[in-house]
Amino acid sequence: MAFITASWNPLGDAFYRKTDLYEMSWSLRDGLRDSLVAAAPYGGPIALLREPQRRSPSSRPQLEIYSASGGTVASFPWKSGPVVQLGWTVSDELLCIQEDGTVLIYDLFGSFKRHFSMGQEVVQSQVMEAKVFHSPYGTGIAIVTSSSRFTLATNIDDLKLRRLPEVPGLQGKPSCWVVLTQDRQTKVLLSNGPELFILDNTSCTVVCPPGLSPQDGNIVHMSVSFSYKYLALLTDSGHLWTGLSTLQEKLSDVDTKKTMAPKQMLWCRRPKSQQPSVVLMWDRLLLVVGVCNETIQYPIEDPCVLVGEMDGVRIISSSNQELLQEVPLVCQDIFKIASMAPGALLLEAHREYEKSSQKADEYLREIKEQSMLGEAVRQCVEAAGHEYDTNTQKSLMRAASFGKCFLTDFSPDQFVTTCRELRVLNAVRDSSVGLPLTHTQFKQLTLQVLIDRLVYRQFYPLAIEVCRYLKIPDYQGVSRVLKHWASCKVQQKDLTDDAIARAVCMKVGDSPGVSYSDIAAKAYECGRAELAIKLLDFEARSGEQVPLLLKMKRSQLALSKAVESGDTDLGECFTGRSQPLQTGFCKLQEQETLKDLYNQDDDHQELANYYVTASYREKRLEGRLSLLQSAVDEYNKAKNEFAVKTTEDEMRLLRFQRKLDDEKGAGLLGLSLQVTMETLLSLGLHKQAEQLYKDFRVPDKRYWWLKLKSLAEKEEWDELEKFSKSKNSELPQLCFPLVVHFPDCSL
Amino acid sequence: MMRLRRSHLICCAASKEKMAAHLSYGRVNLNILREAARKELREFLDKCAGSKAIVWDEYLTGPFGLIAQYSLLKEHEVEKMFTLKNGRLPPADVKNIIFFVRPRLELMDIIADNITSEDRHHSSRDFHILFVPRRSMLCEQRLKEQGVLASFINIDEYILDLIPYDGDLLSMEYESAFRECYLENDQTSLYHTAKGLMTLQALYGTIPQIYGKGECARLVANMMLRMKREFAGSQNQILPVFDTLLLLDRNVDLLTPLATQLTYEGLIDEIYGISNGYVKLPPEKFAQKKQGEGSKDLPTEPKKLQLNSAEELYAEIRDKNFNAVGAALSKKAKIISAAFEERHNAKTVGEIKQFVSQLPHMQAARSSLANHTSIAELIKDITSFLALKSLKTTISINIHYYVVNHLSSHVSASEAFFDNLTVEQEFMTGVDTDKVNTYIEDCIAQKDPLIKILRLVCMQSVCNNGLKHKVMDYYKREILQTYGYEHILTLNNLEKAGLLKPQTGSRNNYPTIRKTLKLWMEDANEQNPNDISYVYSGYSPLSIRLTQILARPGWRSIEEVLKMLPGPHFEERQQLPSGLHKKRQQGENRTTLVFFLGGVTYAEIAALRFLSQVEDSGMEYVIATTKLINGTTWIKSLMDRPESPTQ
Repeated sequence: MAFITASWNPLGDAFYRKTDLYEMSWSLRDGLRDSLVAAAPYGGPIALLREPQRRSPSSRPQLEIYSASGGTVASFPWKSGPVVQLGWTVSDELLCIQEDGTVLIYDLFGSFKRHFSMGQEVVQSQVMEAKVFHSPYGTGIAIVTSSSRFTLATNIDDLKLRRLPEVPGLQGKPSCWVVLTQDRQTKVLLSNGPELFILDNTSCTVVCPPGLSPQDGNIVHMSVSFSYKYLALLTDSGHLWTGLSTLQEKLSDVDTKKTMAPKQMLWCRRPKSQQPSVVLMWDRLLLVVGVCNETIQYPIEDPCVLVGEMDGVRIISSSNQELLQEVPLVCQDIFKIASMAPGALLLEAHREYEKSSQKADEYLREIKEQSMLGEAVRQCVEAAGHEYDTNTQKSLMRAASFGKCFLTDFSPDQFVTTCRELRVLNAVRDSSVGLPLTHTQFKQLTLQVLIDRLVYRQFYPLAIEVCRYLKIPDYQGVSRVLKHWASCKVQQKDLTDDAIARAVCMKVGDSPGVSYSDIAAKAYECGRAELAIKLLDFEARSGEQVPLLLKMKRSQLALSKAVESGDTDLGECFTGRSQPLQTGFCKLQEQETLKDLYNQDDDHQELANYYVTASYREKRLEGRLSLLQSAVDEYNKAKNEFAVKTTEDEMRLLRFQRKLDDEKGAGLLGLSLQVTMETLLSLGLHKQAEQLYKDFRVPDKRYWWLKLKSLAEKEEWDELEKFSKSKNSELPQLCFPLVVHFPDCSL
Repeated sequence: MMRLRRSHLICCAASKEKMAAHLSYGRVNLNILREAARKELREFLDKCAGSKAIVWDEYLTGPFGLIAQYSLLKEHEVEKMFTLKNGRLPPADVKNIIFFVRPRLELMDIIADNITSEDRHHSSRDFHILFVPRRSMLCEQRLKEQGVLASFINIDEYILDLIPYDGDLLSMEYESAFRECYLENDQTSLYHTAKGLMTLQALYGTIPQIYGKGECARLVANMMLRMKREFAGSQNQILPVFDTLLLLDRNVDLLTPLATQLTYEGLIDEIYGISNGYVKLPPEKFAQKKQGEGSKDLPTEPKKLQLNSAEELYAEIRDKNFNAVGAALSKKAKIISAAFEERHNAKTVGEIKQFVSQLPHMQAARSSLANHTSIAELIKDITSFLALKSLKTTISINIHYYVVNHLSSHVSASEAFFDNLTVEQEFMTGVDTDKVNTYIEDCIAQKDPLIKILRLVCMQSVCNNGLKHKVMDYYKREILQTYGYEHILTLNNLEKAGLLKPQTGSRNNYPTIRKTLKLWMEDANEQNPNDISYVYSGYSPLSIRLTQILARPGWRSIEEVLKMLPGPHFEERQQLPSGLHKKRQQGENRTTLVFFLGGVTYAEIAALRFLSQVEDSGMEYVIATTKLINGTTWIKSLMDRPESPTQ
């Protein structure tokens, strides 16, 4: 453990350290020489294009994509035009910017996705230099053409090209330039000889960094920090000016005494940094320059590439990869020689404890006397997060765990979370995966994005493990992974439909949030219609199944799915077949359609009902009777005897009413049988009433009651008495209510 | 076009605070649901920037009144409101015209008519459509055919499935649900039910256990389980509020809605009809109560009252058997007058101040008491409940009384009410259900309202597990001859719905069901109930018995009976994420959501509330339904009345 500080180099108040990340697993014949290299931040992939400028058509340059640990991901010969710049988007897509301004986008596995152009005028003038940058809006591209004009695209997914104004006096390309994102505006900062310009949408302004005199020489290199907050400018006299990127404040001014322009210059600072610094790289030397005038020098043997990260700089050479960063304060506190910080004491206490030495108690006492045990545990846990070496992590976590035993009311949350996150980080840092994320980067990147990146790289099992281990809700975690997996699976050409469907179903199962129709749509896109249908069967949302099935011209299947969904609105898509769903629809639509539907289905009962309804809309009696006759026929077919008889009765009554209306003008048509009889009685047409009573077999009681009431209403008490005595014995009972109603009655 | 009467919405506005509050009193805070609905409404309104006029599908005003008041609309620049009608839209100086409509084709035609007659006059107005509860391709298609689809800037849907109706009651206010399910084989309402339950789960957590009985219940559960995958995730993160969901088909218990409800609220609904939480009453009784007004001009507009648990007194008496309401009211009267008497004891300034501060509350209580005393009197006139018990035996003595007092040709209302009740109870206890009933015969002969006849005939059929062919044909012929042959369609419908059916070979199993489930309790205690049977003075609603038995001892004990009732019964479990398993406190009640597919009556709700209150039941119930129904509205929804040009 004592060696930990061996790799530390002091710079002002801070220390810098280089951590070995990987022995690169690639084997590059010519190293990184003469290659265009793009490595994405956050431990992203590395793209390599050999000798991009060689224009002989016979030997096509090879474009190679590697993981951060050097594992081969893809490799293919470059067939398009000369490439000026390579870059990566935030979603791990490779951008290849060609001389003619065309930008080609490839996915991580080297399959071509799409392309766009940086403007028509670029085709003639050619791209001199290009830069890929990241901003809150996404990934952007900036180019400068041989006619010294800049063009910007702030977000390649929502392409809006902005041609920036001309820079006065600029011939050819500027000596150096960077893209700045400030106040939601993207600008270009460039130098031309001794002059410095800021170029925005509308204007080009000359600026003077405070404290940088023209005597210091021409600016030959500039670099902006990861957060766009700081700016470093290097002059040809070796002066390094650092300050805020707003150019309003100077941090320091250091004379590096190097007059040769470096190959790369990058900021190396971590959030809450003690001592921000700039890293400069020449062929044989790596120089770390702090604001305190001190420097650290590292010799280098191989050509290297620097990758700026939010909390350090990665140094990739053909053989290995290192992370150069400022040692976090908490690690300094713990590991600095003779540190008396609580965390350091706790680590020591635990070490003694493991040796079964009573000194453990002494150390512990010392911490407790200062009531710093909680702080000590926190320090150990935090430091563990920053360490790359698993043994160091373990000893720190063990010390923290040991210290925790002597605390009551200490929230274990931080400890538990850090344990989990470290396990995940260690897993993804493994050379086979190759995502060398620091804890700080991981926090910034978020777990969601990490899982996405694992998925892009097709590390499905690991992604699922991570989701399960960190207990991410299924719909954000496992399901998402499975969805990607399945979409990828259906494109495998060497498997049969059945095999794929089975595999997908087995893995995806009922995982919430996985849309089978999306997977099926993917399969259909790849020309596998049968597979799509098989997959759609698993779709929970019938609403989603139907449109795709229709698109695939499987209307029968689509219809049954629509019915199953219960969403009647889906039925709109269909005409023809009779289904419960459709009945509901036609009900809304035309009556005629409904009739056809019943007809088609031989639903005689409903058809008869339809005719009955229709008969009431018919004004002419003949029309009405003929509709009723149709109803009778259908009721007959439906074997509904009662309805047949009733409808025939109805026709009979209608005819009778018509006859009487014609003869006596009684106004009976449409009245019910009972009301008809009542009217007849009140009109004194007793014979006709009697006839209806007999013809329609009206129950005696009802008829008698009607007759009695009618007589009573007309106060024909003698008739009434005669009538009551003429019939059977039930009558007197019936008369009782009459007594109630007609108190004048003499009964 | 007429201006929409705002009384409904304004009335809500007046009681805004109260109205929102009473939803949160219950075991489950249904205000969350209401707030979610309001939020969505506000968001839609804000989408249409500038002043607005709303054109209402009139059917929607009732349900919307339960969600948002005019004041809310006004806050979002709604300046005018109209009812949807053919022709040109009335003039209104607004930027936006918003149509609030159900997805119905006939309404689309009206809208199209509105817009085509509009264009020439005001080209600057923006049109929007809000479909409630869902947008429909069919309707949009129709608008397209009519050539107006492009006139709309926003076409949106407002998912209003379950509307919080009271602290423990949700209703979809979907009137035709039963008819659609059982007559028309149209499952739209079930789809909306399932959707509504998914929304509910998104807000109140996944319901771990689902029980159900009936075909529709099965379908809804299937749809829910299918949708669960679709909605996956978002609802998982909430600690479940409901432990159990019970889905009950209305056709499992066809009997209960047919019986006359005998709770206070039930009777108000039976006699005057409660619609969207409001009742309209004859104004006479209320006029006299007002002081300081000329007593001569009686109001002619019906008195409109809102009925819900926000009113303390109403919450107290709504679920009582009507026979116990009188006592409760007089007790309340004493308390209130005692409270007013307190003023004589108030001596110090502080005491007076305190008394005055309570005045508004007391005055509200007093006016509430006055209202309910009036309602109770109105009901009593019709039911004559207290006198009824002895009425039949003394009828001959009372003849003189009737002769003197009722010279009209109708039998007195209270006697009819009592006779009707007697027959109902005979049927429910299984007396002479296999013969033609003379009371029904007489009622037909006297041309009593058809719905009353249908209720009785259907009840007899249900209580006899179908009628003998001869009996059924007799009734049908009597009805058709008396009320007209067009009712053959209605009778067909009732048969299709199973309310009226011919007896098949199998034995009448109703007595078995009645005995096993104890549907008839001889000694129902109306004043201090000890069993749910008090809500029908003897009959315990079958649906509620099923609910009660499910809670304890479980349905396994009544397998036999469940098999006799229509449709499958089932149990499903929904997996909860491990962190969300409820740790139940000792003595903490479980909560069951009972969903009645096809409607529920106020008496059934009262019975469930009674079960929630029984101390050792350990179960609390929240009720959801497609629509609040009673026998009359229910039968009405099943009737077909072809328009006859001759009438």
